Amino acid sequence: MSKERLKLFYTFFRVGAFTFGGGYAMVPVIQKEMVERAKLIEEKEFLDIIAVAQSLPGAVAVNTSVFVGFKLYGIPGALSALLGTVLPSMIVITILAVFYQQVQNIQSIELFFKGVRPAIVALIFMAAIKLSKNLDPTRFNIVVGTGAFIGIVFFEIHPILVIIAAATIGLIREKKEERHGAS
Amino acid sequence: MELLNIFLVFLRIGAFSFGGGYAMLPLIEQEVVRNHNWLELSEFVDIIALSQMSPGPISINAATFIGFKHVGILGGIVATTGVVAFSFFIVTVMASIILKNRESGTIEGIFRGIRPAVIGLIGAACVSLFDTSVVDLRTLGIGLLALLIIGKFKLHPIAIVMISGTLGIVLYSL
Repeated sequence: MSKERLKLFYTFFRVGAFTFGGGYAMVPVIQKEMVERAKLIEEKEFLDIIAVAQSLPGAVAVNTSVFVGFKLYGIPGALSALLGTVLPSMIVITILAVFYQQVQNIQSIELFFKGVRPAIVALIFMAAIKLSKNLDPTRFNIVVGTGAFIGIVFFEIHPILVIIAAATIGLIREKKEERHGAS
Repeated sequence: MELLNIFLVFLRIGAFSFGGGYAMLPLIEQEVVRNHNWLELSEFVDIIALSQMSPGPISINAATFIGFKHVGILGGIVATTGVVAFSFFIVTVMASIILKNRESGTIEGIFRGIRPAVIGLIGAACVSLFDTSVVDLRTLGIGLLALLIIGKFKLHPIAIVMISGTLGIVLYSL
């Protein structure tokens, strides 16, 4: 592995190791590592990558790492990033599976995660705020964003349907403007 | 032969799991408990408990655990490879299409709609995570403190995880 790919692997290893609470918990970690520290991708690009990751089958963390790795160093980059993301989880689960009976009774692990979970919510919330600053507060953005939020929270619409609807609306809007621009 | 079987089952699970996370558990249960009898239902429930103790995506945790229980370490590796294989394929294909056609109006239009929607999606995830993680005054306090620290000091998320976890142990042991 080249030096750059090794760094990519290490970055995503950290992402995989500190993603508790599933999918979106990795958003703040990748944001910090790739966007703010290493400056490998731009914030706006990052938003697009999450959009793609969420729209395709599979775990959001896995999809995001494959996309970022591929963008930077092609297929080998995608492989390094993917390996980094899944390895911590594989190691920890294998150890836990072996010692499960004993681990079940360690109360401090449970308490640790009880404390971590609300902090994860705060982290994701702040990441969403940071991401939203890349979008101009146009009426279109506000309506689509709040519409997506309300659709999922209050009407329990599946996120995939929300994404398809939003993509369609964006496409219609773009084509309409293209036609206006041409005339 | 059994390894190939594990690979194919998890390949299918990975390819059909939109939305990820807990949404894919019913699909895994159908395949692993009912169709193949690789796990008892009670062992399957353990996956949820284990996933909460382990970092990483739930699908990876589940695949590693089931493969390991059924065949051993190699089983865990094969199951995990299976569950990410389709993702790897489809994401690299989509990424190369998107990166090559960034100027296209169609792709820009699609992203124009999805960008604000993703912010809404993440906001919605916050609400459901809030419901399951803020269960009393102590967890509310940790959440608010985390919010304050992130806003004021720009600490690394990993540091926040460590501080809040330690707080959890301290506050609940008092």
